[in-house]
Amino acid sequence: MKVKITIDDKIYEVDQETNLLEACLSLEMDLPYFCWHPELGSVAACRQCAIIKYKDDDDEKGKLVMACLEPVKEGMRISLQAPQAHDFRAHNIEALMINHPHDCPVCDEGGECHLQDMTVMTGHNYRRYRFNKRTHTNQYLGPFINHEMNRCIQCYRCTRFYNDYAGGKDFDVFASHDSVYFGRHEPGILENEFSGNLVEVCPTGVFTDKTFKKHFTRKWDLSNGPSICHNCSLGCNIIAGERYGSLRRIRSRYNGDVNGYFICDRGRFGYEYVNSENRICIPLKIENGESSPMPREQAVREISEITSGAKKLIGIGSPKASLESNFLLRQWVGSENFYAGIPANEGKLIRQVIKILKKGTVRTPSLSEVKGYDAVFILGEDVTNTAPMLALYLRQAAKNQPGEVAKDLKIPDWNDAATRVVVQNATGSVYIATFHATKLDEIATQSYYAHPDNIARLAYEVMAEIEGNFKDETKVEAMDNANQPLSSSIAKAMLAAKKPLIVAGTSLYSEAIVQSAAAVANALKEKGKDPGLVYVVPEVNSIGLSMLSEQFLEDAFDKTDSADATIILENDLYQRKDKSSIDAFLKYQKNIISLHYLENTTTHQANYVLPVGTFAEADGTVVSNEGRAQRFYKAHQPDNDIRSSWEWIQEIMMDKWGSASFDEIVSSMVREFPELERVQDAAPSAEFREETQKIPRETHRYSGRTAEDADKNVSEPKPPEDRNSALSYTMEGFTGVPPSAITPFYWTPGWNSVQAINKYQIEVGGELLGGNPGIRLFEPKETTDLDFSDHIPLQFSPKQDEYCGLPLYHIYGSDELSAQSPAVKERVPEAYIALNDDDALKNDIREDDMIEVSVNGEKKRFAVKLHKGISPGILGLPKGLTETAGTEFPFTATIKLISHE
Amino acid sequence: MFSIIRSLWLTFLHMFHKRVTIEYPEEKAPLPPRWRGRIILSRDPDGMERCVGCYLCAAACPVDCIALQATEDENGRRYPEFFRINFSRCIFCGYCEDACPTYAIQLIPDFEMGEYDRQNLVYEKEDLLIAGQGKYHGYNYYREAGVDVGVKGKGEGENEDKPVDVRTLMP
Repeated sequence: MKVKITIDDKIYEVDQETNLLEACLSLEMDLPYFCWHPELGSVAACRQCAIIKYKDDDDEKGKLVMACLEPVKEGMRISLQAPQAHDFRAHNIEALMINHPHDCPVCDEGGECHLQDMTVMTGHNYRRYRFNKRTHTNQYLGPFINHEMNRCIQCYRCTRFYNDYAGGKDFDVFASHDSVYFGRHEPGILENEFSGNLVEVCPTGVFTDKTFKKHFTRKWDLSNGPSICHNCSLGCNIIAGERYGSLRRIRSRYNGDVNGYFICDRGRFGYEYVNSENRICIPLKIENGESSPMPREQAVREISEITSGAKKLIGIGSPKASLESNFLLRQWVGSENFYAGIPANEGKLIRQVIKILKKGTVRTPSLSEVKGYDAVFILGEDVTNTAPMLALYLRQAAKNQPGEVAKDLKIPDWNDAATRVVVQNATGSVYIATFHATKLDEIATQSYYAHPDNIARLAYEVMAEIEGNFKDETKVEAMDNANQPLSSSIAKAMLAAKKPLIVAGTSLYSEAIVQSAAAVANALKEKGKDPGLVYVVPEVNSIGLSMLSEQFLEDAFDKTDSADATIILENDLYQRKDKSSIDAFLKYQKNIISLHYLENTTTHQANYVLPVGTFAEADGTVVSNEGRAQRFYKAHQPDNDIRSSWEWIQEIMMDKWGSASFDEIVSSMVREFPELERVQDAAPSAEFREETQKIPRETHRYSGRTAEDADKNVSEPKPPEDRNSALSYTMEGFTGVPPSAITPFYWTPGWNSVQAINKYQIEVGGELLGGNPGIRLFEPKETTDLDFSDHIPLQFSPKQDEYCGLPLYHIYGSDELSAQSPAVKERVPEAYIALNDDDALKNDIREDDMIEVSVNGEKKRFAVKLHKGISPGILGLPKGLTETAGTEFPFTATIKLISHE
Repeated sequence: MFSIIRSLWLTFLHMFHKRVTIEYPEEKAPLPPRWRGRIILSRDPDGMERCVGCYLCAAACPVDCIALQATEDENGRRYPEFFRINFSRCIFCGYCEDACPTYAIQLIPDFEMGEYDRQNLVYEKEDLLIAGQGKYHGYNYYREAGVDVGVKGKGEGENEDKPVDVRTLMP
């Protein structure tokens, strides 16, 4: 509700639910602050946002209060500009700066430092303090984060984010008075998956990006592309920054609907593969195992000669490639010859998910809406490793039920300190059913470990409990109510909640889990609840790709008639299926054309390899797990032959198709696939202009334009033109706030740090000006014909000497591309096989023993790790590591002890 | 008529004035030390590069003729991997020198940089870096800064206390 308050003798309308600091910032006023963060709330630790609050209209003296802890009240009168408030703020900064080192020139935060901005804003510019500075020693915090503790101003944001918000356990504040220390109890790797956000949360340079430090560039020198993280299916918004032709860093791009302020460490630090030595930069022709580079024109000519006269072409798409690239490939080879480059068991599951998204009655919340649910039931998904940001927001959802107590005590949402005193470490109803212990278990009310079929059976029991009775006799027979106490407590918790959330996914390749999750959600909906249903899918464009094709890898392999050429788009097939079947397929293909970023086993088998852009050098649209279509843009135009896959395909097909712009490709795709119609609205078209100008990718302070290429030629080249988007590759253009989908960086006068986001939002911490970017393709229906309530699987029972192999996911390692980034590589685990204690004991196997696993006659050796929670008869094998790439799950295997450790 | 004669007379008198024009290049003009000419990169009193690769000169440059890339040695000491000035663009405004927090970049009284080929006006770090401290003596940035990059340890600077022992609670 809006109320009127008087600020410096002017009347403003502000939101009553907020505090004065938020209200002033939402009014675009410059009030300095440090410890407050829209997502973390207020604690008034830094004493920076002091203002004068008057008792009534006659009060002339007023009293000094901290704006962040003062709720908005109808008719109140405050002053920001009063000399007492202004002086207090200046003196406070002066005190905070007493121990701040003389580091700005070598500090990575310099130029985008909140402390610098606030110091300038308060007017403190001369050091009067003559005495010594306090110093601290630094800690090694792993490959991601650099620690420089001298710079700390004790705002406590780091520990509030890391411990309270992200659930970190290995970080804290030590010592006392003016020497408090933020770090670990001993030097070591920061374990939490969200540690990278410390870089953005810290108002100064205590925590900085270690990967960025290796090729450091100031913020103003980066050429930025508004982009989408390609490392999982959630589609978090990111900013990719480039300088001198290499990708320098990834920052979170605020999207109030999706990732909010944060991104995970895989998203932030898993970018370095883009600069890898294995990067393919020029077209290659491979003959008799010899690869030779060739000019672009020649490659295009030769490929177009091969393909134009061809009777049949095979196209293999990719969930890592954009909709446009996949669509053009499909047009090129014909719909009957286009195959989604994923195994059929995965593809069919994703199509099932799409069907549920399309036809179901239950809403699939956007990522950041997850924070608003108050009871969670996770089915089979190790969320922390398959969709990390979802885990972060599930942790927030778990705080909602205990948070009710604080609300009853009339403590406002934003009052973090008081809320925390009331809530302590309590969590709400979170039930987790997986096949092994997961990191989220620590917030779970109860965890249940079982085979996917039994997890689905538990879900059906919950469904039956929610419905109050088993609808018909057959189901009663199918169920044995093995988990009676658990299923009834889950059902009770879900029914007691205001907004229950069901989380499931495709990670265990179990159709039963996908269906049972929908069944539970439907049952809740029918009971008049407002449930949510989130599915996690494997990759960034899994949903998009599966909307374009119903045919999968096996279908391509089954076709025996040979094709004249096989085009493999941004896909390393050896990651997808076992080596023998890929080898068998590729052996019979005459001309293999691979479009890829990095050298891999598939490109080695190809006859032609075309260099294509990763997310940083390509334009495109991807569809996230909730069905949100989002555009990503090039961060720069490479000066080599790297370009978007769809640009290559277009160039090869130039004679036939002519030259079409990106927008024209999207419209022809929409004509073919009407259900993708809204993709056109995901971002402004290439013709869009803001006040007749394009949006510059570079800041107005971008330096070195007349020198960066002067070593090659002193005459400056004309900057490249971008005819596919409303963005330009230069620093000239519109300088205000651009549309949210094409915001390349955050900056407003006086606000050089990421905190400038405040000025891009309608209200601080809320929606971006012009709406949050991305378009949801699916909304829940009123009624549905989907009914999975009788698809109950049979009970899984372990067999003698035969094991069921299931995938274990690792945030660092299970994604093939990010795992090739040097910093992430340091965190990738060695391949192992996980066993349950009892099974190990039975076979006389101990931790670290070497065992041989035979799957379909293929034998592999792994060291054993004894995993808590894995149920009998199940083996866990890490997914996607170099040693385990291509393993298809679930598999049936036998094990043999090779040697004791 | 009178004014013409007066002008002729005054012009004639100039023959006896002291001459300002000098016979350059045989004779060199005396240039004050703060004259803004060719740009150099200086070294600190320990003989190490003063430039810490902070990019402030590049940001200050109104014609964007400075490009550099910062890198670090094994101690974490930052220095420029390459440092390039395109003198064919430089307007010798001296903003880079003003912006430099370490006295590394300095403009010196030398303007004799004429070239027949414009490409030769692109100076790299090896062309810019001199052996001495230039105009400002005695300053070593890494002695004043809080970071430990092998120049001084934490708390060993002149205005620094010994590092805090986080295990003590003594006031």
